[in-house]
Amino acid sequence: MKIYLSWFFSILMIFLQIVGCQRSRAGITVAGSTSVEPFAELLAEEYMSRHLESHIYVQGGGSTAGIEAVKSHAANIGMSSRSLLPEEKNLYAVTIARDAITIIVHPKNPTTNLSLSQIKQVFSGKIRSWKELGGAAHPIILVNREEGSGTRESFQKFVMGKEEISLESLVQDSNGAIRQVVSNDPNAIGYISLGLVNEKVKALKLSGVEPDVTDIENGTYTLVRPFLFVFSGEPAGEAKSFLEFVLSPPAQNLLSKEGLVSILKPSGK
Amino acid sequence: MEIQEKIIEKTLLFVALSSIMILGLITFFIFEQGLPLIWKIGPRAFILGERWVPSQGSFGILPMIACSFWVTIGALALGIPLGLACAIFLSEWSPPSVGMVLRPAIQLLAAIPSVIYGFWGLIVLVPLVRNYLGGPGLSILSGSLILGFMILPTIISISEDSLNALPPSYKQGALALGATHWQAIWRVLIPAARSGIVTSIILGMGRAVGETMAMIMILGNAVKMPTSFLDSARTLTTNIGIEMGYASGDHRQALFATGVVLFIIIMLLNSLAIFLSRRRAG
Amino acid sequence: MLLRTRYLTQGIAKVLIWIAALSTIAVMILILLQILGKGLPILHLRFFLESPREMGREGGIFPTIIGTVALTAVAILFATPLGVGTAIFLREYTKESYISRIIRFGTDCLAGVPSIIFGLFGFVFFVIYLNMGWSILSGGLTLAAMILPTIISTAEEAIKAIPYSYREVSYSLGGTKWQTVIRAILPNALPGIFTGIILGVGRSIGETAAIILTAGSSLVMPTSLFSPIRTMSIHFYILAREGISMDMAYGTGAALILLVLLINTVAHWLLNRYIRHRV
Repeated sequence: MKIYLSWFFSILMIFLQIVGCQRSRAGITVAGSTSVEPFAELLAEEYMSRHLESHIYVQGGGSTAGIEAVKSHAANIGMSSRSLLPEEKNLYAVTIARDAITIIVHPKNPTTNLSLSQIKQVFSGKIRSWKELGGAAHPIILVNREEGSGTRESFQKFVMGKEEISLESLVQDSNGAIRQVVSNDPNAIGYISLGLVNEKVKALKLSGVEPDVTDIENGTYTLVRPFLFVFSGEPAGEAKSFLEFVLSPPAQNLLSKEGLVSILKPSGK
Repeated sequence: MEIQEKIIEKTLLFVALSSIMILGLITFFIFEQGLPLIWKIGPRAFILGERWVPSQGSFGILPMIACSFWVTIGALALGIPLGLACAIFLSEWSPPSVGMVLRPAIQLLAAIPSVIYGFWGLIVLVPLVRNYLGGPGLSILSGSLILGFMILPTIISISEDSLNALPPSYKQGALALGATHWQAIWRVLIPAARSGIVTSIILGMGRAVGETMAMIMILGNAVKMPTSFLDSARTLTTNIGIEMGYASGDHRQALFATGVVLFIIIMLLNSLAIFLSRRRAG
Repeated sequence: MLLRTRYLTQGIAKVLIWIAALSTIAVMILILLQILGKGLPILHLRFFLESPREMGREGGIFPTIIGTVALTAVAILFATPLGVGTAIFLREYTKESYISRIIRFGTDCLAGVPSIIFGLFGFVFFVIYLNMGWSILSGGLTLAAMILPTIISTAEEAIKAIPYSYREVSYSLGGTKWQTVIRAILPNALPGIFTGIILGVGRSIGETAAIILTAGSSLVMPTSLFSPIRTMSIHFYILAREGISMDMAYGTGAALILLVLLINTVAHWLLNRYIRHRV
């Protein structure tokens, strides 16, 4: 009898919690691009240390998923690493930083500079061996992001245009994973967020232009995309407060330190 | 009192039907999400299509089916000999002291999370394959090797049970007729335990086809039809796993549709295994 | 000549089989050594008690431990009554019949469903349809469905192992079926049932694919059952893949392995003590 009763009450408790607290978690959900995610987490960490009662939940899922989540109110803020599509234009988007896409190779790879058209030919599979780029006779191993990734879509838009990325490319589901693969394979080439480049990989110059903050700001490095916070309407409440923090100098400093381009500095675009 | 008993019995019946109800729910929802897309593009185009490029609306999963197939074959190529060998070892030859180490070791092998296997494969196997055999290392070969190891416990434990369940007269009879120990095992015991061993292999296949995390880490996930064991490719499971987070609309439905195909394959394998094992026990 | 070939074959077979057995152990030791070797040094109290900082580069894994525990607790809470109830029904209330065959078929099939399918199901059913969002609840309920077959079969074995005399005595004293179950059977089957729960816990800890799709991967401390969480295995997966911090990855991996080792040992000790030797 006792076991029976205690199970019954536990289930009752759970049920009451469900019924009574539908979605009552205090705090806001920020979901979307995995490129923006680590930075949003950093910002959330900083924000929560200044506002002890707040809770900000950062989630990945991809730019498209994040925008969907905002539309369906599953998330308060959507993160996107690409600009809004025409059908998404009715949402409220704010650029919180700018990020460059860098082409990376293994540190031991002799190549240091590629032109946009060379990159296009490599990624479409037309150039297949490092020999054609002045290196050793080894096959080029392409590393790509998965379909639906904002980073991939930006890469497609800025670099490939109408051409398809070779179907033979390896696919990894985050910037960090691409970086891992490239750092371990001397023949690999991939693209990641500038903010995630570290000493394990080498960033290539684009037609002689170094992907660094100066060149991004004055517009000479062209593979730049916005990091957006997307809202279903005018931001209000906690979401507004978080946004204001993110746009403020201390937060932007944090982002600059991590390799993003702050929106507070004057930009070429 | 009577009424209370009746109520309890009916409640328990309801509870007991929960597993089949959950199975039904899963089937319903997966099919509900996935089937419309299969009808939309046509089952033939979906299953036999060779291009998976969601941004262009191409949803062909033949490369994934091929990869699942080859990775499983590869895993079985490692798992069956090694697994049978260990099962025979444990059942017939092992000194009790070694058995006491090996059996818990195998149980532990089964309990280790697949992400750990994937990680180890990534750190150790992939570079080896890349440096000595070529290709990116993230390949069907690497995947098969790790998967083979992951299904070992399944094959070993069920095969060993089947061998142990055989009447001792089989072995004694063979030995009495002058067979060596090995001949007794190879020609009498294994064939006699055949159905149990086959069941274990089918269950191992089911496990292999269903593995996701380790495969995402090791296979490289290229979308093209694989042409060699050193090629990177993606299985039905990793196709879902790697794109699910980002997908919406048709793309998401296509992933559920991949799930439908996967589900059907697994159900067929499992039903076969259940049928064989019930026949054996019955 | 014929005689010698037979023994030669046996000799070769013996060697090959010994190699097989030893290499299986060897690979397992290699795997464990690699991860424990690099991971154990990272494990100290601070690692377990602190929250991650700087995108996981520093700090500890405390929220993930909480996440893992919470998720497992929810799963066990739901799976145990369902599982034990099913086992009681199968063993005490029916004979081998149409109904029991359907139930067993359902259970066996459920046991074979791959985790990614559970993830898809959990996502579309709990997260979207029931509007629970990515949460401990969504993840826990999905996990409950996944460990249900384990609990059912272990509970069944435990109940099966109880000698019929227990029931006879209860009936002869005038007990009803339910009273017999509650007073004579269950208390004695409890250790076996508990083993099933432990095995379910072991499985829950390693589960990754289904959880990412249903409980999310947020690194913040959860505040309610509706909060998203990240479990240890998901954290390990993310750290390992993204190369954010190999140290942290190895540490988390080592913690995972130790946990699994512990649970597995306890479960199998219990299994041997209470189920295998009862009859």
